[in-house]
Amino acid sequence: MSRTLLLIVVILIILPAFISDFWLNQILTRSIILGIAALSLTFLTTYLGVVSFAQITLAGVAGYTIAYFSPNTTGLGIELPWLFAVALALLFSTLAGAFVGAIAKKSVGIYSIMITLAISMAFFYFTRQNYSIFNGWTGFSGITAPVAFGVSLEDSLVFYYATLLSATAAGYLVVKFTSSPLGLAVQGVKDAARRVRAIGIPTTPVIIAAYAFSGFIAGMSGVLNVWQQERISSFSVGLGPTIDLLIIAVIGGMRHPLGAFIGAITYVLIDTFVIDLFSRDRFNMIIGLVLLFIVMAAPQGILGSFLSAQKRIRKYDNNAIKRKIKNDCEI
Amino acid sequence: MPLTDGSASNQRVALNLKGVTRRFGSFVAVDNLNMTIKTGERRAILGSNGAGKTTLFNLITGDFPLSEGSIEIEGVESSTLPTHKRIQAGLRRTYQHALLFDSLSVRDTLLLAVVGIHNKWPLFYPLKKNSKYHEKAEALAKVAGLSSKMDVLVGALSHGQKRQLEIGIALSGDPKIVLFDEPAAGLSPAERPVLTELLLSLPKKLSVILIEHDMDIALETSNIVSVMHNGKHLLEGEPEEVVHSDIVREIYVGKRQ
Ligand SMILES: Nc1ncnc2c1ncn2[C@@H]1O[C@H](COP(=O)(O)OP(=O)(O)OP(=O)(O)O)[C@@H](O)[C@H]1O
Ligand SMILES: [Mg+2]
Repeated sequence: MSRTLLLIVVILIILPAFISDFWLNQILTRSIILGIAALSLTFLTTYLGVVSFAQITLAGVAGYTIAYFSPNTTGLGIELPWLFAVALALLFSTLAGAFVGAIAKKSVGIYSIMITLAISMAFFYFTRQNYSIFNGWTGFSGITAPVAFGVSLEDSLVFYYATLLSATAAGYLVVKFTSSPLGLAVQGVKDAARRVRAIGIPTTPVIIAAYAFSGFIAGMSGVLNVWQQERISSFSVGLGPTIDLLIIAVIGGMRHPLGAFIGAITYVLIDTFVIDLFSRDRFNMIIGLVLLFIVMAAPQGILGSFLSAQKRIRKYDNNAIKRKIKNDCEI
Repeated sequence: MPLTDGSASNQRVALNLKGVTRRFGSFVAVDNLNMTIKTGERRAILGSNGAGKTTLFNLITGDFPLSEGSIEIEGVESSTLPTHKRIQAGLRRTYQHALLFDSLSVRDTLLLAVVGIHNKWPLFYPLKKNSKYHEKAEALAKVAGLSSKMDVLVGALSHGQKRQLEIGIALSGDPKIVLFDEPAAGLSPAERPVLTELLLSLPKKLSVILIEHDMDIALETSNIVSVMHNGKHLLEGEPEEVVHSDIVREIYVGKRQ
């Protein structure tokens, strides 16, 4: 798998040389940003075994923070050096994740969905009604991405590479976290929470840490999203984006966290091109049909199905090799 | 200071249960049970199905809260402590029905047990491959006879291997009291002597409570036997004496001869 990953990253590095600006911005960059947000969700589903509807909220917390502390045309907020603003954005989304975890800590299945949905809707309405921080339902606009280390992130190619780097970092963090003691404890809680306590580990802080970590990852996506869109408003944290993220996770597959990126690109392609073929009204129908197809034909999502097919092929290969060795020996 | 020789320290109490009671609704699963486990003691608990043996373990570890009574671990009142605190205080257990992390490997499971006991679980970056915690996990695997299965997923282990892993987990760190809940259940006749061997090789200062239906294993590995029936602690005593008592014959055979 890791060699395949390396190959994918190499392809993604050279790809901009061959595609138009539209493809670069609207398809690739957008998919990767959505993929990071979906990764924060598939991390929770794969390793903690809960479905959270609050990931868009967590991304939104980072997004609003970066908007508030960046130059913008709304006349609200305080301008900070961009690195400080990013650090604060990630800090707040991590803390917000911990907060969601502290509330949802005992819930699994439908209950974790209900609680996180309630939190996300509360945040949505709060951003609409609060003008002193969130500027009501119009939110922030005219936010400019910073000049980082001498290069402007306003440049679409630079921004693409920054996004790709962030996604790689997010994937790396997830891999490292899940093999750390705390990450193992998170997976332990999913399998047998009682056993985790019976080896001397309290489960509540483990669950809170998992949500906090997912908040950090979601925050990365939130920052990038605001830099790309140059605006954020209550619509960015509403029910629509929340459900879109779940669709992405289901399409990509919840069994492997990297399914998030496959789901994101599939979603963005449908979102972009089906609208050209049909009309905007048809989008929900198409995405609904795709979802139905995935749920029925490939319940592990696109990546999950690919991985199990690969496993079957490998097994077949191994058996063929074994048979060959056996034949050779007998001769 | 006359009473500080070996015999006196043998009299130290590892676990003290007083009036321990647990009700499920109106049903009394454990009924006003008193039991004192001395340091280094090996106690077997006998009792028919539903006698309340596993429930007693769940009360000692805090998996279930007590309805009444008190539990002292190493002299510290622990009946209101959360499970993980009792484990940190030196208590360990195995589960009758293996309760394991199916999606983790044997290595990661044992590593988690080790970092759990040593309070290193909050680390959010991977440990070095040659860390002392990895060494401890390897050592546990060796004791449990799972050295060759380190990279196998727990969900893919056989029934017997899962039981071995339960034991490996229960011996992590520096345990003071270990509760074994029917470790021999489902083991083949060939695997039983291995288990007996393992139980006999445990450090002398370790206190052990063993729930076991296999009378041979129970007698060979214990120096005191308790009998539970209908949630009550009916009697305790020397293994031979208890096993040949009328009460045990009645419980196990069904009627007095
Ligand atoms: N969580 C629970 N809720 C309700 N009743 C329970 C619960 N746990 C145990 N019981 C009841 O308590 C009684 C004692 O059960 P327990 O598991 O302690 O028996 P045991 O002595 O371990 O038996 P076995 O030898 O079959 O393992 C049983 O009648 C059981 O049905
Ligand atoms: Mg039992």
